[in-house]
Amino acid sequence: MAKDMVFEIGTEELPAKYIPDTVIQLKEKAEEKFKSSMLAYETIKVYATPRRLILYIKNLAEKQEDYVVTTKGPARKSAFDEQGNPTKALLGFLNGQKAALEDIKIRELNGAEYVYVDKEVSGRLTDELLKEILPDIIKLLGFPKSMRWGNYDMRFARPIRWLLAIYGDEIIHFDIENVNSSNYTYGHRFLSSGKLIIENTDMFFKKLKESYVVYDQDERRQIIIDNSKKLAESVGGKLIYDEELLNEVTYIVEYPTPLLGTFDVEFLRLPNEVVITPMKEHQRYFPVIDGDGKLLPYFITVRNGGSDYIDEVRKGNERVLRARLKDADFFYEEDVKLPLEHYVDKLKNVLFQAELGTLYDKTQRIMGICEDICAQLNLSESETEIVKRAAYLSKADLVTQMVYEFDELQGIMGMYYAMESGEKAEVANAIKEQYKPAFAGDELPETMAGKILSIADKIDTVVGCFSKGLEPTGSQDPYGLRRSVIGVINIIFNDGPDIDILRILDKTAAYFVDNIEEKENVKSKLINFIKQRLKGILMDDGIRYDVADAVLDGETRHLPDVKKRAVSLMKWLENDEIELILTAFKRVSNLAKFAENDMIRPELFVEESEKMMYDSFTEVRDKVDIEIKKSDYDKALDIIKDLYHSLNKFFDEVLVMAEDNDLKRNRLALLLSIQNTMMQIANFSLISY
Amino acid sequence: MTFQQLIMGLQEYWARKGCIIAQPYDVEKGAGTMNPATFLRSLGPEPWQVAYVEPSRRPADGRYGENPNRLYQHHQFQVILKPSPDDVLEQYIESLKFIGIDPLKHDIRFIEDNWESPTLGAWGLGWEVWLDGMEITQFTYFQQVGGIDVKPVSAEITYGLERLAMYVQEVDNVFDVRYTEDITYGEIFHRAEFEHSTYSFDVSDTELLLELFNKYEAEAKRVISEGLILPAYDYVLKCSHTFNQLEARGAISVTERTAYIGRVRSLARLCARAYVEQRESMGYPLLKGENVNG
Repeated sequence: MAKDMVFEIGTEELPAKYIPDTVIQLKEKAEEKFKSSMLAYETIKVYATPRRLILYIKNLAEKQEDYVVTTKGPARKSAFDEQGNPTKALLGFLNGQKAALEDIKIRELNGAEYVYVDKEVSGRLTDELLKEILPDIIKLLGFPKSMRWGNYDMRFARPIRWLLAIYGDEIIHFDIENVNSSNYTYGHRFLSSGKLIIENTDMFFKKLKESYVVYDQDERRQIIIDNSKKLAESVGGKLIYDEELLNEVTYIVEYPTPLLGTFDVEFLRLPNEVVITPMKEHQRYFPVIDGDGKLLPYFITVRNGGSDYIDEVRKGNERVLRARLKDADFFYEEDVKLPLEHYVDKLKNVLFQAELGTLYDKTQRIMGICEDICAQLNLSESETEIVKRAAYLSKADLVTQMVYEFDELQGIMGMYYAMESGEKAEVANAIKEQYKPAFAGDELPETMAGKILSIADKIDTVVGCFSKGLEPTGSQDPYGLRRSVIGVINIIFNDGPDIDILRILDKTAAYFVDNIEEKENVKSKLINFIKQRLKGILMDDGIRYDVADAVLDGETRHLPDVKKRAVSLMKWLENDEIELILTAFKRVSNLAKFAENDMIRPELFVEESEKMMYDSFTEVRDKVDIEIKKSDYDKALDIIKDLYHSLNKFFDEVLVMAEDNDLKRNRLALLLSIQNTMMQIANFSLISY
Repeated sequence: MTFQQLIMGLQEYWARKGCIIAQPYDVEKGAGTMNPATFLRSLGPEPWQVAYVEPSRRPADGRYGENPNRLYQHHQFQVILKPSPDDVLEQYIESLKFIGIDPLKHDIRFIEDNWESPTLGAWGLGWEVWLDGMEITQFTYFQQVGGIDVKPVSAEITYGLERLAMYVQEVDNVFDVRYTEDITYGEIFHRAEFEHSTYSFDVSDTELLLELFNKYEAEAKRVISEGLILPAYDYVLKCSHTFNQLEARGAISVTERTAYIGRVRSLARLCARAYVEQRESMGYPLLKGENVNG
C-alpha cells in the first residue's frame, strides 16, 4: 500500500537568495532519484523556509516495481552440438546464471541467434531504498557558496541541524556526519520551543502550523502581499511592488507579519531615490506612494513573528531608518557643497579595472569616443558640447559620499548633482541615462546625448576588456560584456545614432593596443562577438538564422542597415520561384570562388547567351546600385531576382571553365562581379532552401 | 543598561559558557579578528573558546566626532567558539536575553553575510544579525584563515557594542550613550575622535608612515625567520594599521593599494603557517591528549 513520505532538512538560516533555486533542485533531484530507483508516487512537493527544506511525496509505493533482468549467453551455434545437446559453453553459462535448460530463450541479434536468460527480480522495499536515496539527495544539492562547520567535512549552504524522515508512520534511519535522521522537528525559532515529536506526515504539517511556521512559500508570499497592501491603503497609499524584494523577504521569515512604520516628512525634500534606496536595498522595506506616484513618509517591513509587541518592533525600525536617512541627508548636503566638476579630478585615484586604468582614464576615453560619434553624426557644435560635457562629468558622482555609500545611485546622483551645479538639463539627463539599459528589458536612454554617452561607455568597457584578454568564456561574463553589446545594439535599433560600428571599434581599440597586428586581431574578435549578439537579436525579431548569417556575412558597418536587409530578404524568400532563383545564385557563388579578379573584358564574350548575360547584368547592376544607395532593399532584390533567367540560359549554354584561359578568366570575372553585387545585400549561398 | 554593564553582561554570559575572558590586545588593529587570540588560535586542531572586548581603529571611518554613527575607533565584543558547537545560534540568542533583549518583544533576523579579509587571507560565511532592522552582530563560520583551510571551523560572534548600546538606551547619537550612570561615551571619547580624525586625515606624516610600513614589514620577516611568531605577528598588525593610516590620508594610489594589501597578506600567511607548524611540533598542548580528529 502506498504511503506518504516527508523529509525535512533542518538548517540554520539559509541565504534567502539561494532558496528559490534550491527548491527547484530538490524537486528535480528527488524526481530523478525516484525514477532511477523505480519507485512510483503520486506527487512531489517542495516547501522551504529559511530554516528548513521539506520534500513531501504523496502516495509513495511500498516497494520498487518488480523487474526483469536479461542476460545474453553464447550464440545458438556454439550452444548446441550437432546432436542438439548443450555444449560446455551453454552449461557454463547456465551454471553462472543459476538457470536450467528450460529457462533459456533464443533471440536474434544482428542477424545471429543467441541464448538468453530472463530473470524476474522482485523490487526492494521503499523504506530500505529511502535510507540510500535521502542522504544522496542532500549531497546532490549545490549552492553558489557552501561551507563546513564544527569538526565535520560535509558542505552545505549553512549548517544542517536536524533531519526528519518519516514514511507513513515509520522513521527512515540514516545519518549525515553528526546528524541522525529522526522523527522530530522544530517550530519557529522564537515563538515555539523544544522538539516537536511527529508521528506521521499529517501531524507534521499540522504541528508546524501550530508552531508558527508557515511552511508553504506561496502562502507566506500571499500573506505578505495582502497584508502589506492593506497597510498601505490604510494611509491612502499603495505599495511600490518589487518582485525581487518580495521573494527575498518571503525567504527571510517563517511567520510573516507586515507592519507599517513612518519617517519624518522633512526627508521627502531629498531626491526620491535617495530615500528609497536605503529603505529597499539596506532595510528590505517596501516604500509607499500615493495615487500620483509621490513618495509618502511611510514604509512597510515584514516581521518574522506575530503581532505581540509589534509597536516595539515598529519603533525600533523607525529609529534605524531615521539614522539611515539622516546619513543620506548628511551625504547630500556635504556632496552639494562643491560643484560636480570638482569631483572629476578625484577619479584619478579610483581604479576602473586593474588593467584598464583609473576612472579618470576611462572618462578621457569616453570623451574621445563621444566626440567621434558626434562628428560621424554631424551634430551641431552646441549639441556636441552637451555630449562632451556630459561625458566629462559622467563618472564624477562615483567619488561623492552618497554613491560611495549607495553605489546603486550611480548616474542618478550624477544627474541631481549636475542640476544642483547649474549644468544644462540635457547634460544632467545624459549622465543619468548612461547606465541604461542596465539589464535585459530595462528602459533605454531617451535623449540623444544619453544614447551616445551610453554607447561610448559600454563600447569602452567591451573593447578594453577584449584588448586585455578579459572576454567572456562560456557562462562566465564577469564584466557583463554580452549585456553591454546587446544594450548598444538595442539603443541603435531604437531611434539611436546610426554610427559606423567598425570606425568606433577602431577608434576605441587604439586606446588600448598600439601594435597594428594585435589591434586587428582584437577588432576581428570584437566583430564576431557583436555579430553573434546581433544574430540573436535578429532572430528574436523573427529573422531566420540562415538569413541572419547571410546578411551578417555582408557589410556590417551600420546595424540598422543590416536589419533592413534581413527584413527585405525575409520577404523576398516568400517568392514562389525562390528555389530556382537561389539555385542559380548558388552556382554563381560556387564558381566565383575560382575567379582571379572581376575585370570584365566585354570584347572577349563570344557566345550569344554570355553577351546577353553581360548586358542584363550591367543593366541590373546600375539599377540595383541606385536602390541600394536609397537603402530600398525590397526593390533591389526585386531587380536582382530577374537575373536568374539569363543566368539559367548562361549556365545551360556556356561552358564557364573553358579550355581557353582568356575565355574562362573573363567568364569567371563576370560571375564574380555578379557575386559582388549580391554581397552588398547578403551572401545568398548561406541561405538554405 | 549602561555601556559598561553591557560589556560586563556579555563577559559574564560567555564566561559561564566556558570562555576565557581575555583582555584587548595591545597593538592597534581594525577588528577583533586580528587579535592573535582569534587569528592564530583559529588555526590548527586545538579547541579554543575566548571572549574579549576589542577597541578597533579604522582611520578612514573617522568623522572628527561630527557624525552621530561613525567613529575612528569603536568597540567590538568578540567571541570565538572552536569548534563551532551544534547549538551555537541558540547560545548566541541566549546571550541577547542575558543582556535584556527579549526576542519575543523584537524582530530578530539572520541576513546572509559573506565575510572576507583580503589583508588576513581569511574568509567565512554567516550572517548579519538584525534587531528590529539594525545590524547588531556579525556571525561568521571561518572557512579559511591566513590562506589555510581551517578544521575545525570556528564560529566568530562579533557584537557591535556602540550600536547595541544605542539601541538598548534608545539614543540617536553615539556620543549620548551612557557609559556609566553619570558619564557619557562622548565625554570619554569625543576629543579622541576629533584628534585621531584630524591626525589621520590632515596631520599624519606620509613619508614617515611609508618608511614605517617598510621597516615593520622587514622586521616581521626577520623575526619570523627566527621562529618568533608572536613578535612577528605584532609587526604584521603594525603594517596593517600603518596601511590604514596611509589610506585615510589618501597617500596610496589605487594601483598601489592592491599591492600593499598583498604585502600584508603574505606576512599574515607566513605567521599562520609558522604557527600551525609550531603547534604541531609542540604536540597540540590544548588537545590534552585527545585525537586530532576528535
